[in-house]
Amino acid sequence: MNSVGVVTPQRATFDTPITLQSGATLPGFELVYETYGELNAERSNAVLVCHALSGSHHVAGTYAGQPKNVGWWDNLVGPGKPLDTNRFFVVGVNNLGGCYGSTGPMSRNPATGRPYGADFPVVTVEDWVVAQARLADHLGIVSWAAVVGGSVGGMQALEWTLQYPSRVRHALVIASTPKLTAQNIAFNEVARQAILSDPDFHGGHFYEHGAVPARGLRLARMLGHITYLSSNQMAEKFGRELRHGKLSYGYDTDFQVESYLRYQGDKFTGFFDANTYLITTKALDYFDPARDYGGDLKAALARATAGFFVASFTTDWRFLPERSRELVYALLHNGRDVTYAEIDCDAGHDSFLLDDAHYHADVAAYLDRIET
Amino acid sequence: MTEIFGRFDFDVIARWIHSGERVLDLGCGDGSLLKFLMTERGIRGYGVDNDPDNVLAAIRNGVNVLQFDLERGLQGFEDDSFEHVIMSLSLQTVRHTVPLVQEMLRVGHEAVVSFPNFGHRSHREAIASGRMPVSEALPYQWYDSPNVRFFTIADFEALCGRNGIVVREGLFFDEGRAVTEDPNLNADVALYRLGRG
Repeated sequence: MNSVGVVTPQRATFDTPITLQSGATLPGFELVYETYGELNAERSNAVLVCHALSGSHHVAGTYAGQPKNVGWWDNLVGPGKPLDTNRFFVVGVNNLGGCYGSTGPMSRNPATGRPYGADFPVVTVEDWVVAQARLADHLGIVSWAAVVGGSVGGMQALEWTLQYPSRVRHALVIASTPKLTAQNIAFNEVARQAILSDPDFHGGHFYEHGAVPARGLRLARMLGHITYLSSNQMAEKFGRELRHGKLSYGYDTDFQVESYLRYQGDKFTGFFDANTYLITTKALDYFDPARDYGGDLKAALARATAGFFVASFTTDWRFLPERSRELVYALLHNGRDVTYAEIDCDAGHDSFLLDDAHYHADVAAYLDRIET
Repeated sequence: MTEIFGRFDFDVIARWIHSGERVLDLGCGDGSLLKFLMTERGIRGYGVDNDPDNVLAAIRNGVNVLQFDLERGLQGFEDDSFEHVIMSLSLQTVRHTVPLVQEMLRVGHEAVVSFPNFGHRSHREAIASGRMPVSEALPYQWYDSPNVRFFTIADFEALCGRNGIVVREGLFFDEGRAVTEDPNLNADVALYRLGRG
């Protein structure tokens, strides 16, 4: 129902070097992206959707011959959906450093002729946004009607308003945070250590060894999944249900929740790149627009001129509603237009990917207000 | 709950608001008061409501709405950040009345509050006949009322006096018509403009 239908990814090549926040330079780069809907004559109806840790440019629709390969935010994006492709021209892009076709650790390093691997520089949320701005130039989009993102995608939406205030009219920052807590960083560090200590990691150059640090990546994903769900939802979904009806008195999967985590971990190692995982967790850890302002988020947001829609979820313990409120108060301080919804949803951090009726209604109502 | 009373209290409130002010409306409902003040006074407004349906209605109404729980107070709001903080017909729905009014006067230069007067003649008569009052101003049955504090105009003024809250202006209405004589008996709604002591 209401799908954008079969879509085809596109590729944009940028030959001008890009200097990253770390000081490293890439001689050029490519981004894969998808678009849905039509760009209007005034080029005023473009919306950028930013992906989270494991997401990609495949936001909505399916691929030819792959009816089950549905975009990760297909319940939000499409004709008649909250982000209505009858009205908006929607762009999804795989970020720089990604593993779905944009230039990243798996790409060929022109300096060596081999995959970058661990030599791919650490990229930041700020760098992602710079690269996205190049894509906007490429598409002839001077100013986004809105930039939308959940989790680390929300960080990108926020960063757009700071780095390119005149190029974004609205930011939808969902289940996100203006910075990670020590606890968030701690979880990321455990995930990184799982990957880095896997003997198959080979210092990040595992491609040339024909190896995949699957054990480490699997652990990282299992850990991640725990933080994406709420305790209640886990209890509801799995409880203490046993897989085989009795205890094994061994270390095989006794409980359904163990089986679920192992399945998620295994699935992930089949398609995600360990180096991209490392880079993305660092980008998350580093993001802190207030850092250059002595920790004063209010001062950091003085540059922003966009209207904001901020939403959090009551059971999200990864990025607590409190973090979103911090952002809202900083925007209030600056007299910005801001709407804040705190959605009562049981599904923890991953709630932002579900089609909770209130959540989607709020997003739809906010987007309806945006002039194109 | 502003919709119950139509626009007469909007007009009164609008007279107290200068153009271009920053206004915070606590318990903003569907945002219609803010929308009215945006149109009439060109204010920069924000509404606070904790009911998801109200939040959605306010977004649809084109106002800045923030889903906060007022029982947690206004601690995130900065001192003197609004010219007026309004609480229209919602004061009786919050538990911590005094801290909230004091917070309103910390965040705003002035507070505007309106509330149904439980001392109105019809309410007294209902009590005298042995039943809790149900009226246009108090449209709820005792078992489904969102109201948690039941007070009269006299009670409220006494509370202000005891807590150093200055009543700058009070206006009283009965079914939308101005009341001047014995408002505690004759008014079903009171509107106040409050300041710091």
